[in-house]
Amino acid sequence: MNFAFSEEQEALRETVAQFLGGKSPSSEVRRLMETTEGYDESVWKQMGEQMGLQGLHIPEEYGGQGYTFVELGIVLEEMGKVLLCAPYFATVCLAANAILNVGSDAQKKDLLPGIASGETIATLAFTEPSGKWGADGIGMTYESSGDGFTLSGEKMFVLDGHNADLIVVVARKSGTSGTEGLSFFTVRGDADGLTRTALETMDMTRKQAKLEFSGVKADLLGEEGSGWDALSKTLDQAAVCLSSEMVGGAQQVLDMSVDYAKVRVQFGRPIGSFQAIKHKCADMLLEVESAKSAAYYAAWAAAEDNEELPVVASLAKAYCSDAYFHCAAENIQIHGGIGFTWEHDAHLYFKRAKSSETYLGDATYHRELLAQRIGI
Amino acid sequence: MDFRYTPQEEAFRDEVRTWLEEHLVGEFTEVGPAAGPADDRAWDVRVAWEGQLGEGGWIGLGWPKEVGGRGCSVIEEVIFNEEYAKAGAPGRVSFFGEGLLGPTIVALGTPEQKQRFLPGILKATEFWCQGYSEPNAGSDLGGVQTRAVLDGDEWVINGQKIWTTYAHHADWIFAVVRTDPEAPKHKGISYLLVPLDQEGVEVRGIRTMVGTSEFNEVFFTDARTAKDNVVGDVNDGWKVSMATLGFERGTAFLSQQIAFENELNDLIVAAQKHGATDDPVTRQRLADAYIKLKIMRYNGTRMLTAMARQGTVGPEASIGKLYWSTWHRRLGELEMEVLGAAAEIVGPDYGLDAFQTAFLSSRAETIYAGASEIQRNVIGERVLGLPREPAAG
Repeated sequence: MNFAFSEEQEALRETVAQFLGGKSPSSEVRRLMETTEGYDESVWKQMGEQMGLQGLHIPEEYGGQGYTFVELGIVLEEMGKVLLCAPYFATVCLAANAILNVGSDAQKKDLLPGIASGETIATLAFTEPSGKWGADGIGMTYESSGDGFTLSGEKMFVLDGHNADLIVVVARKSGTSGTEGLSFFTVRGDADGLTRTALETMDMTRKQAKLEFSGVKADLLGEEGSGWDALSKTLDQAAVCLSSEMVGGAQQVLDMSVDYAKVRVQFGRPIGSFQAIKHKCADMLLEVESAKSAAYYAAWAAAEDNEELPVVASLAKAYCSDAYFHCAAENIQIHGGIGFTWEHDAHLYFKRAKSSETYLGDATYHRELLAQRIGI
Repeated sequence: MDFRYTPQEEAFRDEVRTWLEEHLVGEFTEVGPAAGPADDRAWDVRVAWEGQLGEGGWIGLGWPKEVGGRGCSVIEEVIFNEEYAKAGAPGRVSFFGEGLLGPTIVALGTPEQKQRFLPGILKATEFWCQGYSEPNAGSDLGGVQTRAVLDGDEWVINGQKIWTTYAHHADWIFAVVRTDPEAPKHKGISYLLVPLDQEGVEVRGIRTMVGTSEFNEVFFTDARTAKDNVVGDVNDGWKVSMATLGFERGTAFLSQQIAFENELNDLIVAAQKHGATDDPVTRQRLADAYIKLKIMRYNGTRMLTAMARQGTVGPEASIGKLYWSTWHRRLGELEMEVLGAAAEIVGPDYGLDAFQTAFLSSRAETIYAGASEIQRNVIGERVLGLPREPAAG
């Protein structure tokens, strides 16, 4: 019975925290968020070459480091803490997991080494203008002919869709609905017939794109019709990853609130000495520690790939979404007027908390999903 | 990270399970877990059961062997509590002795006190209650006014304790009393052990909103106890009383977890029967209760790991009481919601069912053993380092 990280895992956390602290100070977040691509190419390269981060949980036989979702969770937590602006979540938590879940051995050998090295930026395009997170959100159909497969239609809310070299796309066979008839495909970012439009987002630290497919030639990834189980698992794994990232942000806003409450003096004493502020911070600590427990357990379940994963993924996504958003909101409240300014970092975390809450389904969505999964 | 148990721990689990299977028979099977920490139904049967536990060597598991305990690890204690809860064994009656006073004496008592008082706890022949709160000293324990004065080789005690669980059943009380009224508040307090069966002690039940009288007032009028029945030094009782509170954060929480899981399962079954699970809002609330209960377990396991490995705990430990009491209070409200109009109908003599009892008794859970407001102060000040409020005057 050991619910704690090992010494090596703690060492990994320290190394990554130091690296990210240097590469992603607030000034860099603000600089990159104003750009269309939203990341720094040389930092992305260093992440791959110096730290092997993109390949962290990819098996060694496919060019990765062979670690697990537990180590990946640690890295994501540290990234969330500093609001790292990079296509890491899209490449590693969405695309790489999709390929691992669905691709043939040959396809994994072909596609994963480039991702692991940082050479290939990738993403998963599954959502469409309806904004639904489940199988019913997939309306795009594929055509198959003697020449292969083509895709036509629109994908929306695609993380780093405009940056990706490789796009994993989910589409359905004509005439199917729901969880039937879904297949995965890969498409190069510069494919003929593909129009990519970078979108302006409220959370400028996470870039999204609209992808319009007009008879784009696509390669089948894995077996035809392999779709729903693999997509569901990929989305559960992504939810676990996002929970880890949210925990890092939640801890950061708690720290910001407490630090401010200790130094801001009003009515002759630090505002943290007043119970209203003190109790807010105490409630935030309860949420942050509980969010950690949920995210860490979920990361373990993902690493074990056990039958608990679907329930625990929804559990973590629901709790961590609410916790991060609530803490980010209280962080603004505790800071008073300055917490509302563009110049202060509070709004950056608040907006990341909101976009992370929404992405892959918010707490309400996941509570209902969990209710179904536990048989209520 | 690993959530499996070692072979030795599994062997211990088998031992516990086997003993329970063999001994949880007859009238003992009709009692079940306590509805709350002050539930005293089927008291005599539970006392007899406690005697069985004592004979089997299951009391004081975590105590050192030198004082008659079993020297079990924290994990083994948890395993025992888990199996105990799974078996639906009778609610324990020895909490105040085994969980609070015993460990306090083990840590801070004299050899004579260990010899005199520990065996009675281990064999379940002597029962204890806790004399802390007074009408003017609840959250502010330092404000105790019950007075003890040395008269030859006896303490003479005058005053009153309140909210004393099981005082009407206990043999002894451990009481925090004022022995030096001139000293600053926290420095004139002593930790006394007082026998209840004497003329100078009167126990009066307090009827709570649950309709039962599980809490008591204890009046001391020239009550007496031997001079040596003070734990720690005279006037150094504050330290001892805080040590006792530290033990309250024991290993019982994971068995409480199982009781909560059973309760939530019962609620889900009831909700399904009533058709309440068709309502999306009810589904959200049930799912939320489930999620937060699981997280309660994860938080507990993280804390346990820290306790077992380092002997110390991190910030995740300070949230325990605040977390579970808030959760259970909310669950009680959900139970009433699911019952709907039928929630208002009770049996003869204010006979409440399990859900109605949980709904009402959970209102005290955010108050006793450290009110939620105090918990938040402690978290804010001791864990987060926020400044204290300036003292009065």
